[in-house]
Amino acid sequence: MTMQSGLATSPTQLRVYAPTADLDVASPPSREQERARAIVSPRDSRTEPGPVRFVIIALALTFLTVFVVLPLVVVFAQAFSKGISSYVAALTEPEALSAIRLTLLVAAISVGLNLVFGVIAAWAIAKFDFRGKTFLITLIDLPFSVSPVISGLVFVLLFGAQGYFGPWLQAHNIHVLFAVPGIALATVFVTFPFVARALIPLMQEQGTQEEEAAISLGASGLQTFFRVTLPNIKWGLLYGVLLCNARAMGEFGAVSVVSGHIRGETNTMPLLVEILYNEYQFVASFAIASLLAMLALITLVVKTVLERRLDEGQIPSDD
Amino acid sequence: MFRRILPIVAGLIWAGSAFAADVTLLNVSYDPTRELYADFNKAFAAAYSKETGKSVEIKQSHGGSGSQARAVIDGLPADIVTLALAYDIDAIAAKGLIAADWQKRLPLNASPYTSTIVFLVRKGNPKAIKDWDDLIRPVVDVITPNPKTSGGARWNYLAAWGYALKKFGSADKARQFVGDLYKNVPVLDTGARGSTVTFVERGVGDVLLAWENEAFLAQREFGKDKFEIVSPPLSILAEPPLAVVDKVADKKGTRAVAEAYLRYWYTREGQEIAARNSYRPRDPEIGKEYEKSFAKVELFTIDDVFGGWAKAQKDHFGEGGIFDQIYKN
Amino acid sequence: MGLTLTWLSVIILIPLAGLFLKTFELSFDQFWSIVTSRRTLNALKISFGLSFAAALVNLVMGTIIVWALVRYRFPGRRLFDAIVDIPFALPTAVAGVALTSLFAQKGWLGAPLAELGIKVAFTPIGIFIAMIFIGIPFVVRTVQPVLLDLDVEIEEAAASLGANRWHTVFRVILPSLIPALLTGFALAFARAVGEYGSVIFIAGNLPNVSEIAPLLIVIRLSEFRYADATSIAVVMLVASFLIIFAVNRLQRWAQTRIPAH
Repeated sequence: MTMQSGLATSPTQLRVYAPTADLDVASPPSREQERARAIVSPRDSRTEPGPVRFVIIALALTFLTVFVVLPLVVVFAQAFSKGISSYVAALTEPEALSAIRLTLLVAAISVGLNLVFGVIAAWAIAKFDFRGKTFLITLIDLPFSVSPVISGLVFVLLFGAQGYFGPWLQAHNIHVLFAVPGIALATVFVTFPFVARALIPLMQEQGTQEEEAAISLGASGLQTFFRVTLPNIKWGLLYGVLLCNARAMGEFGAVSVVSGHIRGETNTMPLLVEILYNEYQFVASFAIASLLAMLALITLVVKTVLERRLDEGQIPSDD
Repeated sequence: MFRRILPIVAGLIWAGSAFAADVTLLNVSYDPTRELYADFNKAFAAAYSKETGKSVEIKQSHGGSGSQARAVIDGLPADIVTLALAYDIDAIAAKGLIAADWQKRLPLNASPYTSTIVFLVRKGNPKAIKDWDDLIRPVVDVITPNPKTSGGARWNYLAAWGYALKKFGSADKARQFVGDLYKNVPVLDTGARGSTVTFVERGVGDVLLAWENEAFLAQREFGKDKFEIVSPPLSILAEPPLAVVDKVADKKGTRAVAEAYLRYWYTREGQEIAARNSYRPRDPEIGKEYEKSFAKVELFTIDDVFGGWAKAQKDHFGEGGIFDQIYKN
Repeated sequence: MGLTLTWLSVIILIPLAGLFLKTFELSFDQFWSIVTSRRTLNALKISFGLSFAAALVNLVMGTIIVWALVRYRFPGRRLFDAIVDIPFALPTAVAGVALTSLFAQKGWLGAPLAELGIKVAFTPIGIFIAMIFIGIPFVVRTVQPVLLDLDVEIEEAAASLGANRWHTVFRVILPSLIPALLTGFALAFARAVGEYGSVIFIAGNLPNVSEIAPLLIVIRLSEFRYADATSIAVVMLVASFLIIFAVNRLQRWAQTRIPAH
C-alpha cells in the first residue's frame, strides 16, 4: 500500500525533476487521461473562444513549420536534387564510408562509457543523501550548457603537444588528440549528462525500499542491481542511451576542435558535411546531412515509443 | 529485406579499411588546395612506386592556414605542411618542430608554385570593377575572409595595401584605402573557401577577392556564364610555401619520402600539375606553355613592400596591429 | 560513490580545471584587459544578447505551442508534438547548412524576404534565427508536463467565482507555470549562448557585428592566442555554470511551491 500511494504522486515528481537538463524525460504518464480532463466543451468559460484558439493553433503550427520542418525538408530536397544515383554515389565514397565508420565507433565508445558511469552516477545521487548534491548535479549538467567549442578546447589544453599531458603522451607515443581517443573523449564529455539525467528522477522516485528488501532477503549487491534495480530503470536507461547516442553522432563543435580533419581518418559525419559543403559538393554534403537527419527522425520515433513504455513502467509489477 | 541489406551495408562500411600502404604521409594543407593535392598525390604515388617499388599513401587535412598550423603545433602528426604563407610555417618552426632555416632548404623560397590575388565578379561585371580603386566605391560589396584566420585573406589585404602604397605613396593613405575597402565587406568568413561559397553559392556581394586558382576553380565549378575573372594590373606575388616537419618525419622515419614528395613539385610533372590547377608554375618552360591561362599582372613581393612576413604579420595582423585598428574605428 | 566522483573528475573536473589553470598563468590585469577588449565584449554581447532575445521569443512561442498541443485537438497534433524535438536531435552542423540554404538570398525563405529588403543570412538576424531553432524544444518540453499536470479544478473554481477566461489564464494558470517557464527559458538561453555549429554557417562572422563568442575562441586559437581563447572560455563557462546552477535551484523552488497533492 505504501508503494501505491507513493506512485500516486510520482507523476508530479517525475515532471518537476525531469526538466532540469534533460527536459525530454519529462514526458508524463497517462497524458491522454489528463488531456481528456483538460479538454472541455468549447462554450465553456474554461477555454478560449474559437477565433483565439484558431490563432493560437495557427501561430504554433506556422512557427514549427518555418523553424523546424522546413530546414529538415531542405536537407532532403538538396540531397536528392541531382537524383537518387548521385545520392547513393555520395554515400558510398570511401571518405563518406570512413566518416560513417568513425562516427559509429565514436558513438559506440561514448555511449558505452556513459552507460556504465551514467548508471553509477545516477545511483549515487538518487539513493544517497550528501552535502553538495546540487553542486554535483550541476557538474553533471554542465557539459550540456558549455559551448562545444570549449569542450574541445579543454582537451587541447590537456592533451595537446603544448598542453599539460602533451609532452608525456608524446614521449610514450600515445596519440590522443587528432585521433580516435581525443574525438571519443570530447564526445563523452559532451554527452555526459544524458544517461545520468534520464535516470536520476526515475531512481529517486523508486526509492530504496525494493533494494533493501532484496538485500535483507540475502541477495548480493550485484544481484540486487541486476535483478531489482536494472529492471526498474530499463526503459529510462534506454531513453538516456538514445539521447546520448543522438548527440554523440551529431556532435560538431567539440569534435571539430580536436579532430585534425585528416581525410578518411579523423573526419566524422558532421565534419564531413562541412567539408563537402566547402568543396562545392552540395549534393554530397546534404546526402551525409540527410543520413544524420534520418538518424534524428529515427531517434524521435524510438523516443516516442520509449516514452510510452516509460509511462507504463509506472505501474509496479507485483510478482 | 532489411535483414538482407543490413550485413551488406555493414560490410561496405567496414571494408576498405584493410588497405595499407608501405608508407603513409600526412600532408596538412590550407583550404583551396584540395583539388590540387588530390591531383598531385595521385601522380606522386605513381611516380614513387615506379621508382622505388614501394606504395605510398598520402593523407590530407585541409582548413584555414592558421588553424592548421595550430593543429600541427598542438600535435597533429603532419609529415609535411603546405600552407598559405610562410608566417604560419614560421610559427610551427618557432615551437621547434621545423628547423628555423626551412625556407632555404628548397629552391625559390620553398614555394614551387605561386599565385596572385584577382577579382571574381558576376557575369557582365555589372558594377564595372576593373582595378583596386573600384573596390572602395560605396556601392560595391566586397567579399574577403578574415585576415586573422585565413592565409588567403592576408594576401588579399596586403595586395590592396601594396597597391595603395604605390599609388598614393604614403602609409597613412594606404591605411585609409584599406580601411575604406573593409567598410565594404559585409561578411568576413573564417577561410578563403568559406568566402567563395558565400559569394558564389549564396549570392552575396559584387566582387570576391580571391586566390587566382580559387577564382578559376569557382568558374570551372559553376560555369563561365556566371562569373568573370578580373585581373587588376597590379597585385601581389603570393608564395604558398611547403616544408617537411622535421620532428614528426624523423620520429616516424618518413623523412626520405617526405622530401621526395616536396622535390617532386620541382619536376616537370609537378609543375605541370600546378599549372593545370591554375597555380602559376615556376618552371619557365611550363610557364610558357600555359602562358595564355594566366593574365599578365605586375606582381610585387612581400619582401619588397613589407619587408618579409614576420614584419608584415606584426605590423598588420598582430594584436593591436593595423587590421585591429581598422575594426576598432 | 567514489567511482562516481572519480569518473566525474576524469571527464569533467580535470578538463575544466585545466582551463582555469591555463587562465591563472595570466595576471588578473591581463585577463581583465582581454575580457574587456572591444572585440571580446562585442562578441560576448552578441552571444548573450541574441541568446537572451531568442530565448524570449522561445518563451512566448514555446508557451503558445505548448498551449496548442496540450489544450486543443487538431489534425496532426501528435506529429507536431514529436516534431518539437527535431532541433534537439538534429546535429548542429546539419541545422547550420539547412538554415543557411533556407535563408540565403536564393533560399526558399531568403528570396521572398530579400524582396522585402530583409536580409537574414549573414546578419545578426541569422544568428538570432539559428538560436531560436535550437532553443524551441527546451521551453516546450519543460512547460508541457506542468501544464498537463495542472489541476483543472483550479480553473473551474476561478471560472465559477466569476473570473473571465483572460483572468483565469493570466492570474491562475500562468503563475503556476512560472518555475517551468523560467527553467525552459534558462535552458534555451544556456544552449544558445554556447551554440556553435548551427550559428557559424549562417552568421556573417563580422567582428563586432556578427561574431559570436565561441567563434572568437576558435579564431583566437588559430591566431595561436591561447590566453585569449581560454579567458573567453572561462567567462562563458562561469556563465553556463551559473545558469545551470540557477536552473537546479529553480527546480528545488518549484518542488516546494507545488506540493505533491
